[in-house]
Amino acid sequence: MNNLDVLIWVAFPYAAAASFFIGHIIRYRYDQYGWTSRSSQTYENKWLRWGSPLFHYGMLAVIAGHIIGLLIPREWLDFIGIDDHIYHLGATWLGTAAAAITVIGMILLLIRRGAVKRVFKVTTTMDVVMYVFLFATIAFGTLAVVQFQVLGAGYDYRGSVSPWIRSLILMQPNVALMAGVPLAFQLHVITATALFAIWPFTRLIHVLSVPIWYLFRPYVVYRSRDKHLGARKPRPGWERSVRPGQNEWAEYPHKEKV
Amino acid sequence: MRVMAQMSMVMNLDKCIGCHTCSVTCKQTWTNREGVEYVWFNNVETRPGLGYPKRYEDQEQWKGGWVRTKRGRLKLKSGGRLKKLATIFSNPDLPTIDDYYEPWTYDYDMLTKAPQTKAGPVARPKSLITGENMDIKWSGNWDDNLGGSQETAHEDPILAHMSDHVRMEFENTFMFYLPRICEHCLNPSCVSACPSGAMYKREEDGIVLVDQDACRGWRMCVSSCPYKKVYFNHKTNKAEKCTLCYPLIEQGKPTICSETCVGRLRYLGLMLYDADRVLEAASVEDEHELLDAQRSVLLDPFDPEVIATAKAGGMADDWIEAAQASPIYKLIHDYQVALPLHPEYRTMPMVWYIPPLSPVVDIISNTGNDGEEIRNLFAAIDKLRIPVEYLAGLFTAGDVAPIEKSLKKLAAMRSYMRDINLGNPANENIANSVGMSGEQIEAMYRLLAIAKYEDRYVIPKAHVESAQDLEDFACSLNTDGGPGMGGPGETGGLRKTGRRVPGTPVAATVESFHSLKNLTDPSEPGEGRMNLLNWDGKGITNGMFPPPAVAGGTA
Ligand code: HEM
Ligand code: SF4
Ligand code: SF4
Repeated sequence: MNNLDVLIWVAFPYAAAASFFIGHIIRYRYDQYGWTSRSSQTYENKWLRWGSPLFHYGMLAVIAGHIIGLLIPREWLDFIGIDDHIYHLGATWLGTAAAAITVIGMILLLIRRGAVKRVFKVTTTMDVVMYVFLFATIAFGTLAVVQFQVLGAGYDYRGSVSPWIRSLILMQPNVALMAGVPLAFQLHVITATALFAIWPFTRLIHVLSVPIWYLFRPYVVYRSRDKHLGARKPRPGWERSVRPGQNEWAEYPHKEKV
Repeated sequence: MRVMAQMSMVMNLDKCIGCHTCSVTCKQTWTNREGVEYVWFNNVETRPGLGYPKRYEDQEQWKGGWVRTKRGRLKLKSGGRLKKLATIFSNPDLPTIDDYYEPWTYDYDMLTKAPQTKAGPVARPKSLITGENMDIKWSGNWDDNLGGSQETAHEDPILAHMSDHVRMEFENTFMFYLPRICEHCLNPSCVSACPSGAMYKREEDGIVLVDQDACRGWRMCVSSCPYKKVYFNHKTNKAEKCTLCYPLIEQGKPTICSETCVGRLRYLGLMLYDADRVLEAASVEDEHELLDAQRSVLLDPFDPEVIATAKAGGMADDWIEAAQASPIYKLIHDYQVALPLHPEYRTMPMVWYIPPLSPVVDIISNTGNDGEEIRNLFAAIDKLRIPVEYLAGLFTAGDVAPIEKSLKKLAAMRSYMRDINLGNPANENIANSVGMSGEQIEAMYRLLAIAKYEDRYVIPKAHVESAQDLEDFACSLNTDGGPGMGGPGETGGLRKTGRRVPGTPVAATVESFHSLKNLTDPSEPGEGRMNLLNWDGKGITNGMFPPPAVAGGTA
């Protein structure tokens, strides 16, 4: 274990986590107006119709797989009857299928970004940066699975990468666990960590607002009129001018209606 | 019963001249920004025609509004909640920009900067989305005045439902304009489809709005509105829609489209409705019964029980009075001439229309007959199936009876009033033939034909009680009819005596429907200056000119 290892497998992940959480909080507090899926469907629909669902469904399956493989200890799965063999089969084949769907979807989305003029025009620098890391993460991840799980004898990341992540979560980082991990896995982890670090500053913020509660609310939403005057809320530094003898221009206690 | 108030609109289509002033002033106010170049909160369509966006009325294609399931419940036509979430990654029913039109500008620079050449320079159209040269193929009103309709009119979804022979004949017989804004529905499918709950209906006045901070750009509202009146801002990636100019409405002023309407055909006022019965009414099985179902949800503002319930729910007295004075209530309930647009979408729209009689009159006149004679008119309404059926396709889910009834009332009004205008004795029989009295016909005539500003717009101010008081330095006794009535109030810090209260700035508030009268009532003598910004453009008001100099007096 040298300093570089500590930097990569301890400092960097914690910094990324801090950036991820603090970034989301700051953006949530100060940039509600900028918080959106940035849908480009009104520009182009033919590619998106296939690319986006393939990518997203694949991605959701991949995320589910990561939760099972990384966060849930092997013993717990054993306990409910999923032993190493079943796990390996499932992870390899379901995982490969999910990866394939994700990659196909992402390739369609990337072609669309580049080839459809309207979409290309609205692509920001941050979109490019995000796609670089997203693409790298997915590419290294897929490479690792194909190289070791499909073609190779199988690499037991549940004995190294998974406990390493849990050690980070439990605030008892164990750097040694990552030492012997194959390069493809290491690169996958590093690019993913970087992706998390920039996450809240990219279009990926939309993931946090999955509207699950839509399933449970009444159809029609009623809301009371804002109590302030005019179209916008008073903002700090923009208080309404005050007339002599009158103080709280900006706040009107909502008196009872006659 | 849960009594709620709804700010509603009626448009009298007979008077629309298709000038698009409403669209333009609306655009200047709300959508003259990047990202919403293609957006028209108010648009005016020529019918028959495709509308904007193209063929928006074909719900088999766009899946807007609600459907009634076999079990009698309402479901979004585009699918239930789970399906909405499952298709969130790519909305299968979303119109693309081409279904509206690709917005463009012209390369005006070329006109002044081009070097001298044999041929004159041209300003080529440039796409506002890609910046490239483009061919203009469609726009918001491409088939205006039936332009190019021989190519496109057969695609009109309403015409498509009618027979072939109708389709061929149509163009020669019938044309009118249909101005459209958001319907501010009682059962809005846009609100119901919004996964983030960012869209809402305001409790106080029923205006449907998008919370720009809460919208996450899932763009489900855009496709779920059957009128396609929610738009996607492709710059901010948030949904935007007609706001019914709520900042004006809150001050008791009409919307921009109404205020600037050249035909003066728009009416604004409150309707009280029973929020508890909306869903039930929207779910009736027979589409032809939706009109009556919706009428039954709208409450009688004079009914003591309704008033008591409204008050118990916190509704202010002046709001109830406004509902009683509402021109909308008269047109929908008393005269029953106004009809909702596409009730079959089951969203319970609240912008209603008085169907146009003029095309019928024109047809009679073109044949050399008297187009205002009541028998001719009635016969034409009965015989001219094409216009009536077409109008039924728009306003009554295909039921011709209410259309005929409405048109006949308008016809009776024309004939009845013609006699009076020509100095002949009024013919009460004409009024009776449509189930009205001469008096009622004359009242309807005043509302529809004379259409005074203060009769068209009866808009109570929003209640921000203390703010209004402070702003206008109003006296607490300064209520309608109270001893302090007619104080400085809305005339902009002016006392009726004309003296400005020293130190008071001219208040920012402007006319409410009470003060409109004060402002324009020439019977009130007054001196003092008036604030021209508050002038409604009609007539000479107090204080507009200095008092006439007394002869021999000093200047
Ligand atoms: C379940 C939660 C999610 C929802 C509801 C969701 C929804 C959406 C929507 C509506 C769009 C816009 C598509 C359009 O242009 O119309 C989008 C785009 C996108 N999403 Fe998601 N998403 C989710 C999760 C994710 C995740 C987990 C990732 C990746 C880690 C992701 C990555 C992206 C990317 C990269 C785009 C841009 C696609 C493009 O136009 O190039 N999303 N998402
Ligand atoms: S017309 Fe207006 S209120 Fe009705 S569904 Fe469409 S956007 Fe919503
Ligand atoms: S301004 Fe009035 S008359 Fe002109 S198009 Fe609009 S609704 Fe019709």
